[in-house]
Amino acid sequence: MTRVHDMGGRFGDGPVVPEAEEVKFHADWHPRALAIVLASGSLGTWNIDVSRHARECLAPKDYTAFSYYEKWMGGLAALLVQTGVLTRDELAGLGDAQISDLATKKLTADQVAGVLARGGPTERDSDVAPQFAIGDAVMTRAIAENTMVAGGHTRLPSYAAKATGRILRYHGTHVLPDSNAHGLGEAPEPLYAVIFPAAELWQHPEHPRDEIVLDLWQSYLEAV
Amino acid sequence: MPHDHHDHDHPHTLLPPDPALRVKALETILTEKGLIHPAALDAIIDTYEHKIGPRNGARVVARAWSDPEFLQALRDNATKILDEMGYSGRQGEHMVVVENTAQTHNMVVCTLCSCYPWPLLGIPPGWYKSDAYRARAVREPRAVLADFGVALPEGTAVRVWDSTAEIRYLVLPMRPEGSEGLGEEALMELVTRDSMIGTGLAQAPV
Repeated sequence: MTRVHDMGGRFGDGPVVPEAEEVKFHADWHPRALAIVLASGSLGTWNIDVSRHARECLAPKDYTAFSYYEKWMGGLAALLVQTGVLTRDELAGLGDAQISDLATKKLTADQVAGVLARGGPTERDSDVAPQFAIGDAVMTRAIAENTMVAGGHTRLPSYAAKATGRILRYHGTHVLPDSNAHGLGEAPEPLYAVIFPAAELWQHPEHPRDEIVLDLWQSYLEAV
Repeated sequence: MPHDHHDHDHPHTLLPPDPALRVKALETILTEKGLIHPAALDAIIDTYEHKIGPRNGARVVARAWSDPEFLQALRDNATKILDEMGYSGRQGEHMVVVENTAQTHNMVVCTLCSCYPWPLLGIPPGWYKSDAYRARAVREPRAVLADFGVALPEGTAVRVWDSTAEIRYLVLPMRPEGSEGLGEEALMELVTRDSMIGTGLAQAPV
């Protein structure tokens, strides 16, 4: 079984509402929430896969009710406590907050441009050789779950489980989120863009020639 | 097998229920602990409010329409050429540009979260992060396009890219008819944000 964030293909969500390009944020606190999450991330106590998993682990009723930046804050609160950056009492505003040992890593205004410009590239050298070539037919895992940790992070959506497609592009070897989200190492391996006919994924595709492409790691795939 | 340990513990419930007060509480405690600097927060906000936005992507598209060598460089290694233009970094570390043609219309989504090419398009719009877009774009892209007032010719196939890894996709829209002879700045005016996500088309010149 999957988690609440894995919603690709779900029915019942209603219309998509377009928005003017000038609109950046929808409430005064949104930019602050964005900035707090990014600044906290630069302390280096978690990586992007850990932080995505923290958001995915919100209770389904919260995940559904929360706006985007509320999910970010919910994830941040979990990360701060789980990694020991804050105690639960500190988060609750109880007691005297002392300066953290991590304060030396605090992001300063003059570092912001450099940190954002560097980002977090995920391409790594790997001992795992590419097993597939462009055009090869592949099938995805039958169960879209993390194979190492029950309820763990994975990037195979459930709608694309046990589906047959073909390799469209090779992206090089990249950090494996299923491992990196759980302190099990970066475990880089080949990453591919895999293309599926819409009819392979949906009972009622809109058009016979429509296609869906997903970026999938080699260990999600087997040869057909 | 180890079990995920997050499920029984939701620390956000320790914070005030009102989201504005929740942000304030987080900022206060993190500042008191010496973990965030308010001036750094201001610099991050200024970056995404004023410096990084869809005009970056529009410049790339306009140049690709005008300069065949640049287009070829995008096809060969988009990450490299975009980095040389200064359009790289957070949420745009690995870039691929996908080209719309009369045969294929490309559209980008992230069903699992809201991955988006920030250095080229800025902060994702509200609808891109909505459940409706995340749920529907992969299953009924044409119905989603209709929500944007876009109807494709019957002969055009839709190719939806679900951004499941750290590769970020920019759609290169078709160059509109009547734009022959326009310079890069004028072409940029025709390139909407939505046309670079694939939920819109480039505008025809007035």
